[in-house]
Amino acid sequence: MVYFIVMLLGVLFGIILTNGEVISWFRIQEMFRFDAFHMYGVIGSAIAVGALSMLLLKRLGARSIRGEPIAVETKRLQKGTAIGGIIFGVGWVLTGACPGPLYALAGSGYPAFFIALLSAVGGALAYGLIRDKLPH
Amino acid sequence: MDIFSSFWPWYVTGPLIGLYVPVMYILMNRHFGVSSTFRDICAALIRPAARYFQYDWKAQRWRLVFVAGIAVGGFLASGTLRTAPQAQVSAHTLSALSSLGVNDFSSLVPADLFSWKSLLTLRGIVMIAGGGFLVGFGTRYAEGCTAGHSIHGIATFQRASVVATLCFFIGGLISTYLLLPFILHM
Repeated sequence: MVYFIVMLLGVLFGIILTNGEVISWFRIQEMFRFDAFHMYGVIGSAIAVGALSMLLLKRLGARSIRGEPIAVETKRLQKGTAIGGIIFGVGWVLTGACPGPLYALAGSGYPAFFIALLSAVGGALAYGLIRDKLPH
Repeated sequence: MDIFSSFWPWYVTGPLIGLYVPVMYILMNRHFGVSSTFRDICAALIRPAARYFQYDWKAQRWRLVFVAGIAVGGFLASGTLRTAPQAQVSAHTLSALSSLGVNDFSSLVPADLFSWKSLLTLRGIVMIAGGGFLVGFGTRYAEGCTAGHSIHGIATFQRASVVATLCFFIGGLISTYLLLPFILHM
């Protein structure tokens, strides 16, 4: 049942990313050229709604559906946060897609993005193989 | 339905995306994120011997279900959007791209750069396969992407995610202003 809901949320997310033009290579270019507010509005309002709703959950002492207290996962700061971040940023502009849109585009009838998605899996594989040699 | 055959303004799209942060915690008690699935796919299908891939990916199967859903959603939405009017991307961006040789503005993605045929060109390989590779490598090295860091991480006030997001942006600017003009003329 939970899997079914997660699947539906995924389908809805693909629709949101497409109808919201987040999958648009042009919108990403427009953002990095500071030519429009659209993507800043999308990301900014997503952060604002995410932050407010998380504060609300905390205030209410909300629990997950399995009854556990909600445990916010911490992201650790390490050298890769910056180095990997820059590497991802370079790739983001080339494909015009961050990971969510990459999946949406792979499904949306742009077959070249299926190759881009496979390449992203290849990138994760390469990272896993040389991880011990990289600064963290 | 009309809402599905038109593009949405940012103040509809952004808040809907933001709601995934609390919803994922309520449903799975895990953070909203996408790029971790690249690792899951490696662990599940390729089963590399490296230590990085020795973990219980089956416990994270829900993430794979989620991204499979995203692909289905992309498929459904692209069908209904096919007849939608062209997005109103800034004229300044379009003229800048036009001077770099990008001229097909008929859909969300420049068809001249992302067709099957473009995969036979050096430019296409660099942008499609090269770009994809950097997205996978970079997000795993940074331990998150726009979803996990920029949205979930900043929304939960995490310093690492602010640093990550600034670096995503620095990389994007380097790519836009230094690399793209060069790559587009390959």
